[in-house]
Amino acid sequence: MASIDYPLERPRPKEGEFSFSETLYRWVATVDHKRLGLMYIVTALLFLVIAGLMASVMRLQLAFPNNHVVGPETFNRLFTMHGTTMVFLVGMPFVAGLSNYLVPLMIGARDMAFPRLNAFGYWIFLFGGLLLYFSYIGGGGLSGHGSAPDVGWFAYAPLTSKAFSRGASTDFWILGILVAGIGSVASALNVIVTTICMRCPGMTLTRMPMFVWVMLIDSWLIIIALPPLTAAQVMLLIDRFLGGNFFNTQAGGSAVLWQHFFWIFGHPEVYILIFPAFAILSEVIPIFSRKPLFGRAAMVGAVVAIGFISLGVWAHHMFAVGMTSWSNTFFAASSMLVGIPTGIKIFNWTATMYGGKLRLDTPMLFCCAFLLQFLVAGLTGIMLAVSPFDWQLHDSYFVVGHFHFTLIGGLVFGLFAGMYYWFPKATGKLLCEKLGRWNFWLFVIGFETTFIPMHFLGILGMPRRIYTYAPDRGWDFWNLVSSLGVIAQAAAIALFIWNVIDSIRSGEKAGDDPWDGWTLEWATSSPPPEYNFEKLPVVRSSRPLWDLKHPHDPDWKFEQ
Amino acid sequence: MALAQTYKGDALTLEQGWHMPDRGTVGIAFLIVTESALFTIFVVAYLVYIGKSLNGPMPKDVLDLPIVATICLLSSSITVVFAEHALKKGHLGAFKLWWIATIALGLEFLTATGIEWHKLIYKDHLTIRTNLFGTTYYSLVGLHASHVIVGMVFLLLVMGVTFAGFPIQTQFRRVRFLSWYWHFVDAVWVVVFTVVYVVGR
Amino acid sequence: MALLQGLGAALPEHRVANIFKPLATPAQSEYHIALLVLAITGAIFVVVAGLIVYTIWRFRRRPGDDAKQEPPQVYGSNQIEVAWTVIPILIVFVLIGVSARVIASVQNASPPPQMLKVTLIGHQWWWEVRYPDYGIVTANEIHVPTASATYLELQSADVIHSFWVPQLAGKTDLIPNRTNYSWIDPREPGVYFGNCAEYCGTQHANMLLRVVAQAPEDFKRWAAEQQKPAAENAAFQSLSCVSCHTIKGTPAKGKFGPDLTHLMSRRTLAAGAIANTAENLRQWVKDPQAAKPGSLMPSLQLTDQELGQVVNYLESLQ
Ligand SMILES: [Cu+2]
Ligand SMILES: [Cu+2]
Repeated sequence: MASIDYPLERPRPKEGEFSFSETLYRWVATVDHKRLGLMYIVTALLFLVIAGLMASVMRLQLAFPNNHVVGPETFNRLFTMHGTTMVFLVGMPFVAGLSNYLVPLMIGARDMAFPRLNAFGYWIFLFGGLLLYFSYIGGGGLSGHGSAPDVGWFAYAPLTSKAFSRGASTDFWILGILVAGIGSVASALNVIVTTICMRCPGMTLTRMPMFVWVMLIDSWLIIIALPPLTAAQVMLLIDRFLGGNFFNTQAGGSAVLWQHFFWIFGHPEVYILIFPAFAILSEVIPIFSRKPLFGRAAMVGAVVAIGFISLGVWAHHMFAVGMTSWSNTFFAASSMLVGIPTGIKIFNWTATMYGGKLRLDTPMLFCCAFLLQFLVAGLTGIMLAVSPFDWQLHDSYFVVGHFHFTLIGGLVFGLFAGMYYWFPKATGKLLCEKLGRWNFWLFVIGFETTFIPMHFLGILGMPRRIYTYAPDRGWDFWNLVSSLGVIAQAAAIALFIWNVIDSIRSGEKAGDDPWDGWTLEWATSSPPPEYNFEKLPVVRSSRPLWDLKHPHDPDWKFEQ
Repeated sequence: MALAQTYKGDALTLEQGWHMPDRGTVGIAFLIVTESALFTIFVVAYLVYIGKSLNGPMPKDVLDLPIVATICLLSSSITVVFAEHALKKGHLGAFKLWWIATIALGLEFLTATGIEWHKLIYKDHLTIRTNLFGTTYYSLVGLHASHVIVGMVFLLLVMGVTFAGFPIQTQFRRVRFLSWYWHFVDAVWVVVFTVVYVVGR
Repeated sequence: MALLQGLGAALPEHRVANIFKPLATPAQSEYHIALLVLAITGAIFVVVAGLIVYTIWRFRRRPGDDAKQEPPQVYGSNQIEVAWTVIPILIVFVLIGVSARVIASVQNASPPPQMLKVTLIGHQWWWEVRYPDYGIVTANEIHVPTASATYLELQSADVIHSFWVPQLAGKTDLIPNRTNYSWIDPREPGVYFGNCAEYCGTQHANMLLRVVAQAPEDFKRWAAEQQKPAAENAAFQSLSCVSCHTIKGTPAKGKFGPDLTHLMSRRTLAAGAIANTAENLRQWVKDPQAAKPGSLMPSLQLTDQELGQVVNYLESLQ
């Protein structure tokens, strides 16, 4: 009889005695989705720390007018590498890592559909990341110009052409991202096939956990949106190495074409990055409110809607390039439409909490902060979508503030919620709650202090990507405040790292189901054995463990 | 208490009646989706730059309709279906024959492309750096040709192992995936042909 | 000439370029829609954030609660969900309608026929300003008359830049191989500050732009001065300065750098990086890389004597 026993007699991983080299081999040669997932996440955290340090140097430089911490070349490389790293080497591996670790566990599968492709994806991604950073050593090229790329993370033509970007640094940017992108597409394909083909008996699409739904749409966006970037990068390579004319304005080529191609990728990319946070919230909020997700069908619908509408809004990044008023109106309208499904999501999460019994532990605290900060990000996003307003706000510090509210206040806060929530599953240990609260409050204070002033700076006419400014432009005060916030944020991240290390070493044992969860990953041991489930589970509702724990009031009686 | 027991004995029936789609099928389908997205951008670039070249040679001066090559490639899509059917029925001889026909037709297409490029480069002096037409033409046609070459490598691989005595009928699923990929490459050619030789001329 | 500088000094300087203090029509209409959008989004924020905070506070677990007791399980509600789908749809449609109107009114506004025409060309990292109707070429300062509109043709000589003088008009990019348009009509005489707003390479930060709005008669006088050619200078013409810079009326016809014919009538050097003073000018000519690292103006390694001659000549270019 196909069943898993709960809570007794669950499979335990064998406590083997391995030497260091054996352990290393087991990690490097692994095709296990959980190990690969953790490798993705640890790599992403490492890059997060690097990108954070780069940001700190930039904030130091901008803390005072006419500052001389770094020169223009260094500063331009810093913001290029910071942006590129955060998007491609932090956000993307978090998507891959979370879905790798959790999707098979949540749908009751033993592994991903293509385990070896999965390992290939990780290693090629890592290679891409290292290739990008190798530019600090190799980017000077034969002619000795420049080191790391300094063209900005969206690398607008024709600044990236041979004429304006000599040396090899831009080539490192192109190749590093192109290669890492292949890894991301491989991993996304794997997630799609896994969710479609590997669900355990009874796990129909309507019963699939919300997390898996969101990651499925996320992966769909990746396989649709990344190829345009790859194509544009191949064109740029053809221009740079073979003398092609795609973006050569001297030969009649168009500088705007690159922008179209880039943002056809770039806007969906924003949703690719924020979706994991949506996915995490959709699991954490119900568990910590002790109520099922409010309006599941609408939540799925909203994610699908965002997944499609976001493919048609890219030119809202281009309101200043001189498009016709019709195009401007079209893209303003389509961008604002995204606000509707996003609003539905925020309302439904709030409604999930409404009437519940909120356990305000660290994961839930991060979710609450997410809701408020993401609300702000969404509303400033609407301001940017109104193209006449955007003619003023575009490429100003207001935009920098806006997207850090989405990507830090949204994505990173969501990721922290997720890490506090699933850490016990992955390690068998609980993260220290007291440190967690310190981590949370320091992060909130630092985040608000750094990024709220950026909105004011944009309104005062400060453009982004400037390495210095004069003292009489009214920007001194808010820049200083913004820089001060970095201290608290850095402390928060340091506390988190300490918390992880300390908890792995000597943390409280978590048990298999510390949060009283409802999805299948809590039905196996912590950490799960290599094969996940000794016997494949069978489910009949979207909350199989709720059914188990409440035999007199199971979900499947109400669900279709 | 077992999870399955909460369902009062339905679990066994659930499990037995539970069928999920084939991994390989779904995988190849989405691979084609993501490849299509890649091609779309190159096609768009070609369309955007039609007539924007500042200097010659222009498409109408140098491009001839590759009728024979197109017929070859499109018919190779038919022969590969015949090969697939033969394999399904276990007719190994017919399979080999149709498979070789597919390879021959594919090779003819690649040769024709090679001859065309040779003529363009050495007679018409059109290279990838000459003008926007050269840049977009070689990129788009080259991207497609590189996909034909990849398909060709796999076709040859299957032929090689078959003639070496490997029981290829055990790999029918994979042969079918290859044939789907080949259809995709064909379909892309229809688009490329339309854009480059019909619209762009 | 002293008169000109005097005029300039008397003008109020708008260094803090607050987009919420618009002083020309395009910025004004952008400001109006901004206010509307701020009001709507502000109201949404108050309501939704209030709801979220209230929910967290009201339903937080309290010490006395029974941990075992689960709250009532609510799966959704069609009426409520329809309500909070329809209301945002209505709000979004209002916003779309309003933006469409402002977009059309700013973009499709046909300029008055008597408009002053200015061509603004972006360079790494300075602005070339041409007045085709007057035959004037200058740099980094756009002089315009108040009381009428000025029509800007935007082009680029290299990479993408962006025209942004926040109190006068929102951004429009300067893109190579393409011509964009913008217009401004500052109402009060004054100096309006702006920055290049599209990252364009190393010295993007020091690519400042000033719009100098003057009363029409002052503008006329300025234009008349700018149209005059400059005197020749043998020492200057023997140096390689001339291969990059133009000085009207002399053999210096270089196109790569800014036109220097009336250099001393400008407020700054190096596109706003430093003030135009005698000492700064000397330092700038001696070693441009010190004041603006990465600038495309090379250090010519002039001898002290050559430096003195060049600076003396440049100072005569009023
Ligand atoms: Cu966007
Ligand atoms: Cu710039």
